[in-house]
Amino acid sequence: MAKGVWIVAEVRDGAYRKVSFEIAGAARKLADELGDEVCAVLCGSGIEGKAAELGKYGVDKVYVADNAALEPYTTDAHASAVAKIVKEKGPAILLLAASVQGKDLAARLVGKLATGLATDCTGLKIEGGKLVAVRPMYAGKCFGEVAFEAAPAMASLRPNVFPIVENAKAGAVEKFDPALDAGQIKTKVAEIAKDTSGKIELTEANIIVSGGRGMKGPENYNILEDLAKVLGAAVGASRAAVDAGWRPATDQVGQTGKTVSPNLYIACGISGAIQHLAGMSSSKFIVAINKDPEAPIFQRADYGIVDDLFKVVPEVTAAAKKILA
Amino acid sequence: MNIIACVKQVPDTETLIKVKPDGSGIVEDGIKWVMNPYDEYGVEEALKLKEKLGGDVTIVSVGPARTMETIRTALAMGAEKGVHIDDPSLYGADAYTTASALAAVIKTLPHDIIFCGQRAIDGDAGQVGSVLADLLGIPSVTFVTKLEIAGTAVKAQNAIEGATVTIETSLPCVITAQKGLNEPRYASLPGIMKAKKKPVDVKNAAAIGITAAAKAKVAKTVPPPARAPGKILQGEDPALKAQELVKLLREEAKVI
Repeated sequence: MAKGVWIVAEVRDGAYRKVSFEIAGAARKLADELGDEVCAVLCGSGIEGKAAELGKYGVDKVYVADNAALEPYTTDAHASAVAKIVKEKGPAILLLAASVQGKDLAARLVGKLATGLATDCTGLKIEGGKLVAVRPMYAGKCFGEVAFEAAPAMASLRPNVFPIVENAKAGAVEKFDPALDAGQIKTKVAEIAKDTSGKIELTEANIIVSGGRGMKGPENYNILEDLAKVLGAAVGASRAAVDAGWRPATDQVGQTGKTVSPNLYIACGISGAIQHLAGMSSSKFIVAINKDPEAPIFQRADYGIVDDLFKVVPEVTAAAKKILA
Repeated sequence: MNIIACVKQVPDTETLIKVKPDGSGIVEDGIKWVMNPYDEYGVEEALKLKEKLGGDVTIVSVGPARTMETIRTALAMGAEKGVHIDDPSLYGADAYTTASALAAVIKTLPHDIIFCGQRAIDGDAGQVGSVLADLLGIPSVTFVTKLEIAGTAVKAQNAIEGATVTIETSLPCVITAQKGLNEPRYASLPGIMKAKKKPVDVKNAAAIGITAAAKAKVAKTVPPPARAPGKILQGEDPALKAQELVKLLREEAKVI
């Protein structure tokens, strides 16, 4: 029977992404319950020296493929490298990050490994010695408990949900040859244009300040940007605001945008259409600021202020600045 | 150019999802079914490509009888023909099984480029396009917001956390469409009339040589955790309410 709880660690620009430590923590918990070990796959170029660091987050052994063709990330190269070592060792469980790259890689691996994958999971448990993955469906309007009929049981984990657990161990490191065949690599990265605005990614933000139709126009988002700056938050938008062209599509929270789970979600001038609520209801705390007391968003809010957001938001910014100073 | 667009029929985004009491799925009564919004971007891009480079667009979909409406919608938007894979063994199937069914059909059709939505807004799995590409042995570029084709060269852009990546590959390939790629057109009235006469092949699993074998299944569907009722801050003065809110966030919720 397949053994081992595995993760695929995600690296960008030679550094681990935080979510890699989150999935390591989740894997450790499962492995302890199963009496099994945690292994990580690390693919990149010039990254062998970083491998042992994963031990600090609960990984017993790291399989490293250090190869120039693995940097920057391409679907082809990473999927074939990970598939090779997974097929060779045959783990029972394989966890990845539900980041853009993690989702891309995980889906391609489903094809290569002919197995099942639960995407964007918010919970994992062991039932009868097997993985059951809990994940939002319909953007969180309901949840599914996924059982697996093939190995490895794959799950991608939503960033910001699983706690990082540190331990003192260093992980053992074993190199492997990804045996990449240049003919198989049909995609290449022509350019990576980094966003230098210092904008925080919505799906990874601890706090999100979001604006909807009540913002009245793109010129008014500066009051949300100001609040976001004080709180170290990302700025999101409802579909109404994106469809009106006020904010880019990448900022949209909801069923046709991003599903987010920050610690704090501050909804300003958002009425709370079903499709928006679906995308943000798993936030730990929700604040609604809206002048319409009947707005459905108040049904989901932990704290609500029924008032003109243009008067309230700058005051929240001022009060937060004072308290956080 | 031989262009394929895969579509799925899903509940409209305004649908309130009700879970069946036994947890075996959702209550389908009264649901308004629509084309998955991300597939609309794929169909639109397929049509734009056809208009620019010539060729035709074939719609492929897996689903029960009602799926035909969604295929007709794509035909009304301007696609030429469709294949409807309808078999009870494939209803609610996992991504590997669904992609296997699509691959079995697409292998028999000439295909230079295949469009899928980056995910369907019902299951939110976001796997079918990539698995399909793998089964066909061709490259996939996912979450695409910009696409350029020149000869067989493909240049696609997608957004990752904190960066925009430009990826180059070649035809044939699978592109999964993300919001921002284009603005899908509405079907015109003449388009709707014409769509009724366009050919759609209906095939079952046996006809395409597929036997469904689940790799993963949703064993139980549950409603989202209930939220405790919230607190509406009272008072007339926006500044005082704002201060109270910040205090609560700091001391009670402990989130700032």
